[in-house]
Amino acid sequence: MASIDISNIRKSYGIHPVLHGIDLEIRDGEFVVLVGPSGCGKSTLLRMIAGLEAVTDGEIRIAGKRVNDLAPKDRDIAMVFQSYALYPHMSVAKNMSYSLRLRKMAKEKIASVVAGAATKLGLEPLMERRPKALSGGQRQRVAMGRAIVREPKAFLFDEPLSNLDARLREQMRAEIKKLHKDLGATSIYVTHDQIEAMTLADRIVAMHGGIIQQVGSPLDLYDNPANLFVAGFIGSPGMNFFEGRYIKLNGKSVFAPTGGVELLLEAPANLEEGSRATLGIRPEHVVLGADGPEAQMAAIDLVEPTGFGIILHLTLGPVSLKAFTLDRRFLNATGEIAVRLPGSHLHFFDESGRKV
Amino acid sequence: MASLAARNGGSQRDQRPLKKRLADASAPYLYSAPALILIVTVMLVPLVLGISYAFRDIQLLKPFSGGFIGLDHFRTLSQDQNFYRALRNTLWWTGWSVLLQFVFGLILALLLDKPFFGRAIVQALVFLPWAVPSFLAGLNWAWLFNPVVGPLPHWLFALGIMSEPNNILSDPQLAMWGPIIANVWWGIPFFAITLLAALQAIPRDLYEAASIDGAGPVKRFLSITLPFLAPTIAITVLLRTVWISNFADLIIVMTNGGPADRTQIVASYIFTQAFKRLDFGYASAIALVLLALLIIYSMLIVVLRQWLLSKD
Amino acid sequence: MAGHSLTKGRVVALLAHRLAILAYVAFALFPLYWLLKVSVTPNKLLYSEGIRMWPSQTSFEHFDFVLKHSEFPTFFKNSLIVAGSTALIVTALASLAGYALSRFSFRGKYWIVALMLLTQMFPLVMLVAPIFKMLSPLGLTNSLTGLVIVYTAFNVPFATFLMQSFFDGIPKDLEEAAMIDGATQFGAFRQIILPLTLPGIAATLGFVFTAAWSELLFSLMLISGNAAATFPVGLLSFVSKFSIDFGQMMAAGVMALIPACLFFLLIQRYLVQGLTAGAVKG
Repeated sequence: MASIDISNIRKSYGIHPVLHGIDLEIRDGEFVVLVGPSGCGKSTLLRMIAGLEAVTDGEIRIAGKRVNDLAPKDRDIAMVFQSYALYPHMSVAKNMSYSLRLRKMAKEKIASVVAGAATKLGLEPLMERRPKALSGGQRQRVAMGRAIVREPKAFLFDEPLSNLDARLREQMRAEIKKLHKDLGATSIYVTHDQIEAMTLADRIVAMHGGIIQQVGSPLDLYDNPANLFVAGFIGSPGMNFFEGRYIKLNGKSVFAPTGGVELLLEAPANLEEGSRATLGIRPEHVVLGADGPEAQMAAIDLVEPTGFGIILHLTLGPVSLKAFTLDRRFLNATGEIAVRLPGSHLHFFDESGRKV
Repeated sequence: MASLAARNGGSQRDQRPLKKRLADASAPYLYSAPALILIVTVMLVPLVLGISYAFRDIQLLKPFSGGFIGLDHFRTLSQDQNFYRALRNTLWWTGWSVLLQFVFGLILALLLDKPFFGRAIVQALVFLPWAVPSFLAGLNWAWLFNPVVGPLPHWLFALGIMSEPNNILSDPQLAMWGPIIANVWWGIPFFAITLLAALQAIPRDLYEAASIDGAGPVKRFLSITLPFLAPTIAITVLLRTVWISNFADLIIVMTNGGPADRTQIVASYIFTQAFKRLDFGYASAIALVLLALLIIYSMLIVVLRQWLLSKD
Repeated sequence: MAGHSLTKGRVVALLAHRLAILAYVAFALFPLYWLLKVSVTPNKLLYSEGIRMWPSQTSFEHFDFVLKHSEFPTFFKNSLIVAGSTALIVTALASLAGYALSRFSFRGKYWIVALMLLTQMFPLVMLVAPIFKMLSPLGLTNSLTGLVIVYTAFNVPFATFLMQSFFDGIPKDLEEAAMIDGATQFGAFRQIILPLTLPGIAATLGFVFTAAWSELLFSLMLISGNAAATFPVGLLSFVSKFSIDFGQMMAAGVMALIPACLFFLLIQRYLVQGLTAGAVKG
């Protein structure tokens, strides 16, 4: 097990830059999730740590040792691929022991290590099968088993669950978390699924356009998104945004969405008067059926029951927003409804998209 | 990668060691070098030599030949009636061979497209002619056309197509059909395999959508199958045409150009010049003209395709 | 047409389909069948039962004669050596080159592909004279080695493309997983990629073997004596002799056919698969 230090990493393919100076320190035993939309550079970063992509500029250290020039085999890391990358011509047992055989470990030792991993993952009855004869979930387990027999310095996961169906994904997510708890190994996990990121991570690294947008604990990113991108990416259904101007009206703070009804704010925001800004609020924070001076009437366009709760699609003046509630009274709501956007849950972003 | 070191002095220490960089960069060249060296020495160098021979007097039986003679070979060629006949025969041979191979290959591909009981074995059997060595295919058909041991003349006679059970290979009017039929027999599998591969790449739901929209089998074939196959058909026909015009084996084996040069095509004429008369210079000049004609043909097809595409 | 009941139209269509298939199979196999039939017809019946579908008596006398009293065993051996060596060498070279084309992007790759495509376009007849001139001072005319060199060069380009399409079908992830598991790049190629390419290797071997086994023009040009003659040359010289013995020729033909057809039947599935992959890729 080891820490991983990434300093000022850059990557370009020819003249086309993919990563623009990434700095990240991963502590020993930490579970870090790289999350972002496809093309944000998260997989490239992971593959550079693994040694599968050359480093254009910057430095990667594993356990304090510079690994830029090391071949993947000399970095002592294990990786779980999205496609699982199981060797089709080898049995499960052979797949799991391949790395140990390459390291010339004694036969008896290999057998016991592989058997131990098989027990941990419930693979014992499948050891002589070929990957072709396994289900998706079983293949996923073998891929994990192949990684853990190594006892590597770090585990790398490249979207390991995205080929599974929803139910299995949930189950494997929990197993990965449990496994990490058992082994305590440094892990870097790449995903585009923010729920996986939220549930698994000690720390989330949100990436976009080859730049780290925010690093923090899952709840940190949820409660205090550093910018519009993180605010929009984390959470489902996604945060509501209104573009407009921050103004003062009769001494009171008001947000005026472009072409919309003015929203009276409960507290002044840290914005210059008259500046353009974006206001954000999570659907679950919109208060429905409110009264009082801040309440405003919104038209109900659509009601989506999710079973667990209800998503309401509303129109407030010309802007539309979503609200999420657990209250089943709203299941048959029609016409108009009074809503309030409580000040404590409002997020303001300045013109450049930074949170203020 | 090497330019990065120059770009930024500070990042020089980040570069891979020179030895490793060299090893990494040279890997693909090392993997492909043996094949390339062989291709260059045994194909490219002879090609260039062959082009130069076209302008030289190279005759194996004349010890002092070898001098440059400029365009003399081409002047001779322009007067050579045998060459013009060979050119006409090439058109005839190539045109009919490609057309028949294509039509029967397409029908076979369509027949094999849908699964049926025993398809795998049928496929292996109908593709078998492709594995038959071309010289053997030629001999085999020559024997079939031979009234002494072959049944074909007798069948044609019985059907009333021929007045006597003769060998069509010795009939100047019909001789060319012998090699063409052998070629069609031998070449159908190539078209069928290529077209079958293209057919199976057509998404099945397109057919389902079309039949829901009310298209019958003929309409589906015209509006889905053909447009999807068109690029494959174009490229296969082009390649095959070039290939068949160069393909002299069957003719050399079955008729050797005869009777009365009625089946001599340009490719077999080149071979005759080189092999029988050992006049390498003249053979190379003919080969060069054939190459030029084939390049012009290919360019015409490509231009025609571009023009058709831009018209849409 | 409703449901799956066998309406009259469906029966007719089905029958037409099967009949057409049958016609193709008959057309494909009849010449080969005839070859076999004549080869087992005893000499005395050869002309009297010339167009019977099967002779009233069969015998292996022609095979016996060809094997014991002709030079065909030498031709057969020569062809086997030439085609076998060519197939092995080409497959080895094409595996390496195909791997490079499939897995690396490197300067000059475009030109390598262009060069290989070019070799597929120009008439090989053009090379007959220059190759003879080049090989003759090296003592490689009238030699099996010379033939192997020439056939290897001719077959490498297509075999490279064939192998490339097989390599393209193997996910890159597998190699990367192997390299992370501790293998070197060449180790990953040998332990993971090559075993998975076995069908491709078999297809390439078979394809090249058949091509080298069948080649006629260069063999005719480069070989003059019987000692180094391959099967096609031997058979052809047999044909041009005065007394044509059809039974013996066809017996020899059947023997020439056997290795090629065996190879083909073994590998045709993979060959179609490889060509399909190539065709789909464009």
